[in-house]
Amino acid sequence: MGLGSLFGRFFTGLFGKKKNLRLGIYGPPNAGKSSLANRISKDWLGEEISKVSHIPHETREVIVKEKITVKSKGKELTFNLVDTPGIATKIDYEDFIKFKMNAKEAKERAKEATKGVIDAIKWLDNMDCVLVVLDATINPYSQVNITIIGNLAARNIPVLIVANKIDLKKSDVKRIEAAFPQYPTIGISADKGTNLEAFYDELFKLVKQ
Amino acid sequence: MLTLQYIPHHEFSHLVLEDKLKKIMKAVKDDKILLIEGRLDPIEESELIKRTMSEINKNFSGIEIASIDYDLKKQELWDHIRKGIANLLLKRRSGLTIVGPASIVREIKKDPNKIELLTMEKKKKR
Repeated sequence: MGLGSLFGRFFTGLFGKKKNLRLGIYGPPNAGKSSLANRISKDWLGEEISKVSHIPHETREVIVKEKITVKSKGKELTFNLVDTPGIATKIDYEDFIKFKMNAKEAKERAKEATKGVIDAIKWLDNMDCVLVVLDATINPYSQVNITIIGNLAARNIPVLIVANKIDLKKSDVKRIEAAFPQYPTIGISADKGTNLEAFYDELFKLVKQ
Repeated sequence: MLTLQYIPHHEFSHLVLEDKLKKIMKAVKDDKILLIEGRLDPIEESELIKRTMSEINKNFSGIEIASIDYDLKKQELWDHIRKGIANLLLKRRSGLTIVGPASIVREIKKDPNKIELLTMEKKKKR
């Protein structure tokens, strides 16, 4: 963690709210990060910000949407939303060929995806608070999840875990809560818009930290 | 044929980050599965991911990695993370880190009760 980032956070705490609060969305590929970013942006700005796809690594660049204002129960919260590429330890271009891409397209996508992962990690130092989006149908005990949350803990960045895809039969929010008991976890479906009111309540609590 | 390489704590812990990354990358590119005594801290893990990503090409598709505590069964994942941060601060090491090339280690399945290393034959790239 950069010293500048540490001092920045310290002085922000001392002298009040930072003007441009950065809310990052992190997680492994295909957890629904961009679906959540789109849901937030559509709810409060009326427009989507990211392309979504069932093909992994659809988001290969960090996307920033500035000045989103969320209102809930008479309170208001303005932040810059940062949608990041999914963090992974492996990217094989041949996996994209399975999605009917030709070899050239697949190699290009893999190359962009590797840069995206590096950028996502570099951006960790710029975040004020983070939503870690996990697919609630998948075992949360993966090293990527541990690495992401461990990095946020080491940087003392407030975290809300978003257990996404609760509309699916196999989803298990309790398993995620059990894995990360020190962090608040909220189950939602970004795709269907399920439990978003509770999500926004948790978002206000997160930013207050 | 699988090659496992064990690196004891005293051979790894004194290395600076750059040397740790070089050692890991060299081994996985030689198609070895590393068993490192001790654990990487979260910052080292993220640096390893960045290095891995920067070296991916048509012959190298990345790594599979898992770090475990000897007493994982009794631990929450949070304890695991907390220990990682404590290790970062105190330069202490406990547990085990498994790292292998993604072309050989298909998946390391981990939950509080067990760890499974699923391997596959290395495929030839087109």
